Amino acid sequence: MKILRKLWDWLKELSGLSELIYSLFAIVFALLIGAILIYLSGHDALDAYYYLFTGAFGNTYNLAQTILKSIPLIFTGLAVAIGFQAGLFNIGIEGQLYWGAFTTAVVAVSLPGLSGFILIPIALLAGALAGGIWGAFPGYLKAKTGAHEVITTIMLNYVGILATTFLLKNFFKAPGPVDQTRTIPTQARIPELIPNTRLTWAFVIGIGVILLIRYLFSNTSLGYDLQAVGANTSAAEYAGISVPRITVLTMTISGAVAALAGGTIVLGVLNRFITNFSPGYGFTGIAVAVLGRNRPEGVLAAALLFGALDAGKVSMQLFTDIPGDLITVVQGLVILLVAAPSFIRLFSSLFGRGRELIASE
Amino acid sequence: MNDVLAAIFSINTLAAMIRMATPIALAAMGGTFSERSGVINIGLEGMILTGAFAGVAGSYYTGSPWVGVLFAVVFGSLVAAVFALFTIKFKANHVVAGVGLNIFALGLTTWLMQVLWGGRGVSPDVNGLSRVSIPFLNKVPVLDKLISNQSPLVYIMFVLIIGGWFLLFKTPLGLRIRMTGERPEAADTLGINVSRIKYFSVILSGALSGLGGAYLSLGYLNMFSRNMSAGRGYMALAANIFGQWNPLGGLGASFLFSFSEAVQLRLQSINLNIANELIQMIPYVITIVVLAGAVIKSRPPEALGEHYGVEK
Repeated sequence: MKILRKLWDWLKELSGLSELIYSLFAIVFALLIGAILIYLSGHDALDAYYYLFTGAFGNTYNLAQTILKSIPLIFTGLAVAIGFQAGLFNIGIEGQLYWGAFTTAVVAVSLPGLSGFILIPIALLAGALAGGIWGAFPGYLKAKTGAHEVITTIMLNYVGILATTFLLKNFFKAPGPVDQTRTIPTQARIPELIPNTRLTWAFVIGIGVILLIRYLFSNTSLGYDLQAVGANTSAAEYAGISVPRITVLTMTISGAVAALAGGTIVLGVLNRFITNFSPGYGFTGIAVAVLGRNRPEGVLAAALLFGALDAGKVSMQLFTDIPGDLITVVQGLVILLVAAPSFIRLFSSLFGRGRELIASE
Repeated sequence: MNDVLAAIFSINTLAAMIRMATPIALAAMGGTFSERSGVINIGLEGMILTGAFAGVAGSYYTGSPWVGVLFAVVFGSLVAAVFALFTIKFKANHVVAGVGLNIFALGLTTWLMQVLWGGRGVSPDVNGLSRVSIPFLNKVPVLDKLISNQSPLVYIMFVLIIGGWFLLFKTPLGLRIRMTGERPEAADTLGINVSRIKYFSVILSGALSGLGGAYLSLGYLNMFSRNMSAGRGYMALAANIFGQWNPLGGLGASFLFSFSEAVQLRLQSINLNIANELIQMIPYVITIVVLAGAVIKSRPPEALGEHYGVEK
């Protein structure tokens, strides 16, 4: 016991580790409940998790799929985290992502003469601009009229998805039965990072944006103002920060980052815009942000974890016949547990040290 | 143009409005109780979905749709109890926990549907609630088409909304709930058990949302399909806020949303030469316009989203 306690204290001394340990604890606990559900449905949980694990990390190809599936979540998770840092809950990621994907695809198919080095950045930036505008709108409504962003962004999700579908069908639809744009020119495709894995340089773009937002938060006055508004709006106002300005700016940045999720899928995976292509990346992004504690590097780690769960569940479903939706249950539980820091009190109080842990939260 | 106006203001559209408002209004009142006690409830969506699933499961295994309704209320309350445990006892961030609950409920209902019935998309058909014709109302010209011959849950919804309004504004318990959401310290000083009031309100919100879910699955479709709630929980939350945290206001807002939804469906069916997507946008655009225009007056409960309780 004593040695354990010493080890625990030492671990806690390393900065941020207690949060990491808590997140890991939440994941393990959620997987345990998942195992119980698997067992109750008449399957072998060890078997299931074996395939879940090897499906995510078993070989280079599977590992590449894990990273591939994490890319959109890096952007959507980061977008939610940016909002949270300023105290704004942007549930409108999905709509912003659709605008990003749509605009990126339209720019890419409209400028086939450009070389990839120019076309890829232009198309992605155009998408980010569209997503940024779509994000700025609820920010403006909040700043101007006080309309709660949770509700306006949810409504704008529907409007955004419908609007892009409308524009696609009426102006940009490729011939054929499927509602999609023409294929983007070959040079507009983001090159593969590891050959024959479909994993592209989009992952590197994701890391770049993570570093950029990290820099924004820790090294710029805008980042400081943004976090000040998130920490205490009235104090920030008193200190002379324009809260409406920060609200609109935050939502713009958040929407632009969300749009990159759509843009990189178009240029890296789908090679076109297709209606209803997102299986809910925006909503999973909320989970990723929460698990990553709204910090850029945390978002990266959480996105990789969710990517691994997504890649692994495919092989679990294939080899064990357990519905992949079970992993959705696990993801939901992870969020619930991570949201509740005092939950650890129940368990850590068994070791008589709940209070300290809470104090360090 | 006359066609359009006739379609919008026909009795059929209004009857559809009442039908479609039912689950939203029930969940909106759930949101009202929860938020009046100080707990933000994004989890309404997951509670509706759980209710819809439990309703079908209950009807499937017993053959009785009313047992299904009971299941819906009980299981809606159960997930709400879990939500309450996390938000009240474990002091989880309300919004985040609500999102977690919604994902959890979506995964669990889809998974259970496959474990129990095999298919991923829809459940087998079950016995649903048959419509009820009300003796005297069905003789009155307009009302017979409007509110007679609806699902029994529609009538129950009206009764519950009025009862909920009475409970919240005319009884001591309602006063305690509102006080808990406004000034928990003061409520505590007066000897009100703050967390018990919150547990009660949140679990009630689950029961109401579960009933709303039962209306979706047993009230007109008689089956469960994946993600059946389809955002109604979020609409309910919006209706609650727009309705000024008042069950009657929530009902009014639900009517507004479902009216635009019903008009949208009617317009699609009369071939207007306007793209479907634009017509489908109507309810959401109206919600935004209304919210941006009206929210100035609305004020949430003072201690909404905060945690209360001495650290033990």
